Amino acid sequence: MSNTGAAHAASHDHGHHDKTGTVIFGFWIFLMSDLIAFSLMIANYADAEWHGIANGPSPHELFSLGLPTIETMALLISTFTFGICTLGMKYGASMKRTVGWLVVTLALGAIFLGIELYEFHEFWTEGNTPQVSGFLTAYYSLVGLHGLHVTSGIIWGILLMVQMKTFGMNDLIKSRLVRLGLFWHMLDIVWIALFTKVYLMGVL
Amino acid sequence: MSILGSLDWNDIFIVPFFTDPSLSTGIAAGAGGIVVLGALAVMVLLTVKGWWKPLWSNWITTLDHKKIGVIYIVLALIMLIRGVLEAVVMRAQQVSPAPGFLSVEHHAELFSTHGTIMIFFVAMPFLTGVINVVMPLQIGARDMEFPFMNAVSLWLSIGGAALVMASLVVGHFETGGWTAYPPYTGIKLSPNEGVDYWIWSLGLTSVGSTLSGINFLVTIYKQRAPGMKLFDMSIFAWATLCTAILMIFAMMPLTVASLMLALDRQAGFHFFTATQGGNMMNFANMFWLFGHPEVYILILPAFGVFSEVIPTFSGKKIYGYTSLVWATIAIAVLSFTVWVHHFFTMGQTAHLNAIFGIATMTIGVPTGVKVFNWMLTMWRGKLRFSTAMLFSTGFIFTFVIGGITGVMLANPTIDFATHNSLFLVAHFHNMLIPGLLFGMFAAVNYWFPLCFGFRLDEKWGRRSFWLWMIGFYGAFMPLYAIGLMGAPRRMAFFTEPAYFPWLVIAMLGALCVLAGLTAQIIQVWVSVKNRESLMVPAGDPWDGRGIEWSLGCPVPEYDFSTIPAMTSREPWVDAKEAGKRVMDPTEFVDIHLPKPTGMPFLVGLVATLFAFAMIFQMWLIAAVGFVAMWVLVLIRSYDTDWEETVTAEELREGYEAHKRVVESTPQIRLDDEFTTKNRGLIMETQV
Repeated sequence: MSNTGAAHAASHDHGHHDKTGTVIFGFWIFLMSDLIAFSLMIANYADAEWHGIANGPSPHELFSLGLPTIETMALLISTFTFGICTLGMKYGASMKRTVGWLVVTLALGAIFLGIELYEFHEFWTEGNTPQVSGFLTAYYSLVGLHGLHVTSGIIWGILLMVQMKTFGMNDLIKSRLVRLGLFWHMLDIVWIALFTKVYLMGVL
Repeated sequence: MSILGSLDWNDIFIVPFFTDPSLSTGIAAGAGGIVVLGALAVMVLLTVKGWWKPLWSNWITTLDHKKIGVIYIVLALIMLIRGVLEAVVMRAQQVSPAPGFLSVEHHAELFSTHGTIMIFFVAMPFLTGVINVVMPLQIGARDMEFPFMNAVSLWLSIGGAALVMASLVVGHFETGGWTAYPPYTGIKLSPNEGVDYWIWSLGLTSVGSTLSGINFLVTIYKQRAPGMKLFDMSIFAWATLCTAILMIFAMMPLTVASLMLALDRQAGFHFFTATQGGNMMNFANMFWLFGHPEVYILILPAFGVFSEVIPTFSGKKIYGYTSLVWATIAIAVLSFTVWVHHFFTMGQTAHLNAIFGIATMTIGVPTGVKVFNWMLTMWRGKLRFSTAMLFSTGFIFTFVIGGITGVMLANPTIDFATHNSLFLVAHFHNMLIPGLLFGMFAAVNYWFPLCFGFRLDEKWGRRSFWLWMIGFYGAFMPLYAIGLMGAPRRMAFFTEPAYFPWLVIAMLGALCVLAGLTAQIIQVWVSVKNRESLMVPAGDPWDGRGIEWSLGCPVPEYDFSTIPAMTSREPWVDAKEAGKRVMDPTEFVDIHLPKPTGMPFLVGLVATLFAFAMIFQMWLIAAVGFVAMWVLVLIRSYDTDWEETVTAEELREGYEAHKRVVESTPQIRLDDEFTTKNRGLIMETQV
């Protein structure tokens, strides 16, 4: 056997080999399986939207575009600010700036979530609970699942800021921030699908 | 509502026997008693022998992929014992005079747990365990890419299995079969906690499997030895890659469907209640969107095992490597296109049935390619019938019958006549016993020395093979017959006298399978007792072909002292043909291994408590458990000192030590491979 692989082998398993790329790749794969969950919920919603109204309201009666549009803008801007946050980190922005943009992002996420909860509350108090019909079940679950993801993203972001304080901006923290970014951007893409399917097509 | 939720005295296993004494409740109480006494006996044994500490430090806290694999396999074997015993009880029930000795409800619990256990807690952990042990060694990796996550997956799976075991002692299991279709499993028709047991035990284990899938996939992509292209990988690694992709994409539909069912049951949602605008067919769709790929998650690793065992014991290279790889990929892709064949009779159009029928039959083509590859590998080879080879060849004969009945069932018109009959039951057992269990048995017999340093006893291994083989035919061929005669499945008893003789044969077959399982337990016992004479310290006891056999047995924790340089598809065979008995080292460098940690075990424990609380609607405890689970993950995220170093010098010493063992081990002839002369490293080309 020759030693042709030796150089590679050395770079392959020397010291603390940099796992950042691998971890992000793994997280990517996880996000793909998460997308399956959203796809199934959307498919289920598409079915219930037509056939599952039972004695409850139809999407047309329930939805208006006002608040969801503001909600959508908040989330779209938040993904943009997250982009600035990670780009800044890449090009050596100060920690203060990185944290600042992250705070803006999470605040926009919180606004999004607040509007969503307000909407849920409105529907709920009008008697349109998930127990009313297959359609409402599908609506609350689909939008709620996304909201739950946003909530976890916000909690994750806050915890990460604490860790930034503790650890400083080391590779580990940077990798975690990039993963949170991927998560956040995915939620944005999913929301575009939800907004289109649930609100736009529901109203039109 | 009390803090203990819906739990009450009648849920304790022994109580129903006293309030309503009968053979059925007696058996239930006995089974619960076995679980409790078994757990106590294990604890007493551990205490008496002083094994708690070694158990904790060597096994529970381990992040070593080989040990994690072994724990998975032990879990699978324990659950296999329960699954087989349940099968025997059901067979006994059906040959006893109607209405049998079990209540209808109890029988329904038996077939539901039998199916759930066999798929999720035997098959899945078994293949996950074998992959864990073997795959990293075959691609020249030191560990899984995410060892911590690997251990978390393990403990989540064990937590799921523990819940199914707990259902014997506390409360009831579900009675709607392993598929748990609503509306039967809705709160109206199944008000007790049985369905919740099903939901949450599967919930834990399917999260574990999703994470395992991610781990396997990333490991294969990122950790292959330098120079190893994808098309240089062993067929088993290929099977793992395809299985991993299926796990990542197929487990999620199950998780989603079961959580929807949980919301319907506990929160009054209407995903599946037809009267309120729900659609139960969505459950069927999502369940089988998982369930059909699942069949291939189960079968592909076994195909991988056969593709390693058959070349080794034929003394030949695998025939048609590339076609085998493409067949594996084709099967993985096609597996997502056929799920509707699980409900041909549920009212969709004939066109749809025709499309899915044809898609289903298509899978026979790549599978046929594989069967021919294995046969042509054996063609003019020098065949040696070790236990592993017996299971592999037994598989080929038996599996083909199952394949043919599968093509029959894929025809919607035939399916209308045979669905929900014992013909179907015979078919899927005919796929899964040879196509999964035989593969895993072959894997254990073949790769055992890598983990423990000694071979398994061949005599008892062969006995176990013949008992399993005969038992399989005895137990399932009669079901084909009475299935065609019209016997429906899931019946608590039959009154048709024409079925009786067939059921008696099936009963004897089941007993024969039980004897086969017993023979395997004896095999392990005898092998451990005689381990000194079965030691193969030089490694490679079968003249193997993969690079895992270039290592000594047992394999050290760091796997490879140096990562092998891949210069061809089978560098170890090349090395042996060049007269070498150890592979040339590449470069010795310091490496890092993950430190043992009890954290994955704690995460699994808390997750199991959370799931148990969800089952019995102890909302407060559930909330605490859920938060605690994430707090543990958060604590771990602060841990930056999680690696320990193995120095280049230690690795060099390990290598030199292995080399000395190999040099002092006399070469033996292949004909002596099953004798005590085999201390490892057979050099057929040299004698």
